[in-house]
Amino acid sequence: MKFTWFNLMPWPYLPDDFREKNRSVWVDIDQRLFDPVKSHEVYNTYLDLLEYAADVGFDAVGCNEHHQNGYGIMPSPNIIAAALARRTKDTALVVLGNSIALYNPPVRVAEEFAMLDCISGGRLVAGFPVGTSMDTNFCYGQIPALTREKYEEAHDLIIKAWTTRDPFAFNGRYTKLRHVNIWPRPIQQPHPPIHIPGGGSVETYDFCIDNTYSYSYLSFSGYIRGKALLDGYWRRVEERGVPDRSPYRAGFAQTICVADTDAEAERLYKEHIDYFYNRCLHVHGGFADAPGYRTIKTIQTGALSQYAPPTGYSKLTWKDLIEQGHVVAGSPETVRQRLEELAKSLHVGNLFCLLHVGNMPKEKCMYSTKLFAEKVMPKLRNVFPEYADDDRFWCHPIKQVKPGNLPSEKAALESVGAAR
Amino acid sequence: MPLELKTVATPHVPVRYLEGGSGAPLVFLHGAGGALANDAFLNRLAEKYHVYAPLLPGYGDSEECHELRDMLDFTLHGWDVVEALGLTDPILVGHSMGGMIAAEMAAVAPHDVTRLALICPAGLWLDAHPIPDIFATLPYEMPKLLFHDVEAGTRLLTAGLSFGDPKFLQTYLVTNARQLGMAGKILFPIPERGLATRLYRIKAKTVLIWGDSDKLIPPAYAHGFKKGIAGAELVSIPEAGHMVTLEKTEQVVQAIGRVA
Repeated sequence: MKFTWFNLMPWPYLPDDFREKNRSVWVDIDQRLFDPVKSHEVYNTYLDLLEYAADVGFDAVGCNEHHQNGYGIMPSPNIIAAALARRTKDTALVVLGNSIALYNPPVRVAEEFAMLDCISGGRLVAGFPVGTSMDTNFCYGQIPALTREKYEEAHDLIIKAWTTRDPFAFNGRYTKLRHVNIWPRPIQQPHPPIHIPGGGSVETYDFCIDNTYSYSYLSFSGYIRGKALLDGYWRRVEERGVPDRSPYRAGFAQTICVADTDAEAERLYKEHIDYFYNRCLHVHGGFADAPGYRTIKTIQTGALSQYAPPTGYSKLTWKDLIEQGHVVAGSPETVRQRLEELAKSLHVGNLFCLLHVGNMPKEKCMYSTKLFAEKVMPKLRNVFPEYADDDRFWCHPIKQVKPGNLPSEKAALESVGAAR
Repeated sequence: MPLELKTVATPHVPVRYLEGGSGAPLVFLHGAGGALANDAFLNRLAEKYHVYAPLLPGYGDSEECHELRDMLDFTLHGWDVVEALGLTDPILVGHSMGGMIAAEMAAVAPHDVTRLALICPAGLWLDAHPIPDIFATLPYEMPKLLFHDVEAGTRLLTAGLSFGDPKFLQTYLVTNARQLGMAGKILFPIPERGLATRLYRIKAKTVLIWGDSDKLIPPAYAHGFKKGIAGAELVSIPEAGHMVTLEKTEQVVQAIGRVA
């Protein structure tokens, strides 16, 4: 198993009456609720926590891209990843990812990911989401019915830019470039491994299968509900005659809270879980799926939006959230058992651990993270022994240089003869 | 007698169209909600004209057409349909999105349209009067955007439907994804594709028809069209919303008569 400590970077100061007074946490959220001065500490705390997770032994730290969103104040994950590249070592950077249909021209993404791969010494795992309808259509104005076509074209351009050594012309429908010749190019060959976050579109299953990319389901509804979707993916893998069922072909995000005991977990984390599900996920239904964004094929398979749970999150108690698997919380042993069940039942090798939740303060997050790293992670490492050597979906770092390896100022000046 | 649903071949896809009535040929281009054979307005029009109401690809039971992506594609498709129907200089009528397409058709081929009726057409944008985002509008919020008499409009839109029924919901979502997905290519995120810069080319005798209490495309837009199209006449209809065709059927038919 590969464990990525994944941070959404939620805004922790949404008011108690947020639900009543605001239509949506996403797209048209009241901008006055964002306090730039407070955000200085918020951003830096989240970066500290990501670095802490790297220190305590997570395989990767991860971030993603959202726009105009109160639970994800990370419109540019590449900025976060750049900061992490300098302050971590031997830890993969999973940028999950850049919404490539949004960039004009998309070679910008090829260049920035190449820079990240170079700065980090080959530690980049690149992600290419089609993006949610909220981000892609409503915030960034992409035409719903044309989004996927634009996405696929952007993908082809980026891969070609990464793998072609001579300048070439790209005559796409959405992007026309006479001279494509990125400088820098990535360390990892032929290119960094690619993870595709998806929400159940059949087209995305096939896209991952065809290209040997890992399919990630980043839901907040937990592994019990996630099963139908992952089952659909694995069925598709089988139908398409893929030569192996490596669990690393799939990833899953799960909210996790660890404490000494189950009761302690409830006492410590309940309010933050409540904050997340009842404020951070308060999304206006009209933004969930712009008509045309999902294909007919996908709607017909019954994959409807994760933002519209039949009962509504507001009615769910702590007990409901735990029992229904939205949240995996409790003692290290409870968490281990449930995550083993998750890994085996969904057959996923990449676990995106959402260990920071809502307005959780840093101390609690460190406590939960440390317990997870020390008492849960080691026992789950080897859930899939037969695929232990499968490194197709993970990064391949080179020997790392240490950031801050300048000589002392005195030595530097002496060596160039400047000091007398 | 309700209109008949027929099919005609065009260069891209077979196009479904409603046909009925007799008189001068009239092509009606529907709005983002589509067109039905039992539409009271179309049937009333058919009492005076030979009505052809083509469905855009993806609407109703018609085939989708991925080749249509932008405004020029939609506009030329409109002319492909007119040609496939064997018509020359039909009276061109369009409602809402259909009005936008009709205006574009008249602008790209000004000598092929001599009579044009635009019923609260889309196609322009005024910062001072932003058009509501129909793509983020929940079904139950639609009637108040579409109708002057919201209660009657709600009854019309929701008759017998329940979003609580998963099967119905799925059918609804598929229909919506097909129809509004198609409409989104020219209406999303802002229903403006440069028509204002082309309106001057329209040579047709033009009538603009607007419901006074249109909340979707407010009557302020009528003035943009009137200013852009030389000699256009504006007929504003009191106590009617965006679905003025259903709320004041007779008055809309009469207003079309001013050019036809």
